[in-house]
Amino acid sequence: MSQPTQVDPRGLRVVAGLTAVVLALALVTPQPVRLALLTIQVAVFAIAAFAGLRRSPYAVVFATFIRPRIGPPAEVEDSRPPRFAQVVGLVFTATALVGFLAGASTVGYLAIVLALAAALLNASVGLCLGCELYLTFRRLTPATA
Amino acid sequence: MSEIVALLAAVVLTVLVAGALKFKNGRFSTRSPAEGAEVLTATDIGIELGERATLVQFSSAFCAPCRATRTLLTDVVATIDGVVTVDIDAEANLEMVRRFDIMRTPTVLVLDGSGAVSTRASGLPRREQVLAALGQAVGDPR
Repeated sequence: MSQPTQVDPRGLRVVAGLTAVVLALALVTPQPVRLALLTIQVAVFAIAAFAGLRRSPYAVVFATFIRPRIGPPAEVEDSRPPRFAQVVGLVFTATALVGFLAGASTVGYLAIVLALAAALLNASVGLCLGCELYLTFRRLTPATA
Repeated sequence: MSEIVALLAAVVLTVLVAGALKFKNGRFSTRSPAEGAEVLTATDIGIELGERATLVQFSSAFCAPCRATRTLLTDVVATIDGVVTVDIDAEANLEMVRRFDIMRTPTVLVLDGSGAVSTRASGLPRREQVLAALGQAVGDPR
């Protein structure tokens, strides 16, 4: 079995922080700016989720401007839970975008608030969404005979 | 105006969840034992029970806090006689996950010398929390 990709946890925190900034701005800006920001964030989530975390524009920002200044990480993390988190972020942000486009702004606001809270939790305390949700999901599978 | 409220709601939600997790992580407590469920054997965990206590950790395959917990527990038992630790893959042992109501990983069950569950905690614990829980398990008169 090949070794799963490992990533710098500090990069994950920075990416989550950038995500939180974009989502917060999406909340408080006028509708045209909001839609543009949401579209950008949906695209960023999609790239990170499907092309890999390192291809995310936010990750590129970290790798180019921040990592050279702070040196190698003390430890690394498996990339799969953060990738799962990108998919969750994609779903919420896409829902918000569709909600605002369809005129259902309550749905839009709610979706952004949840995505923003998740990004803030990840950026501040490094919350492992995968650890919290994955086992709950697996327990739902029927018990084997 | 409602946008500012939404922003504040997100921040409040974040603070509440972060606070709740900080409170819960590593907090060892006792649960009232369901019948037949709360004693583990060497067969259950795959190694011999520790003479004085055993730390049973449930982990998911990829879970950074699980890795940190495993490192901590391994380090702690290396300094104490009669205490062992084992890491159990939750996904490969779903019947035990259900039996012990494991809701998140990492979850650590502290067993006394006879394999009975003394206390349990979820999330990454601090060293002093583990030591206190061990003290309770070893000192518990049964």
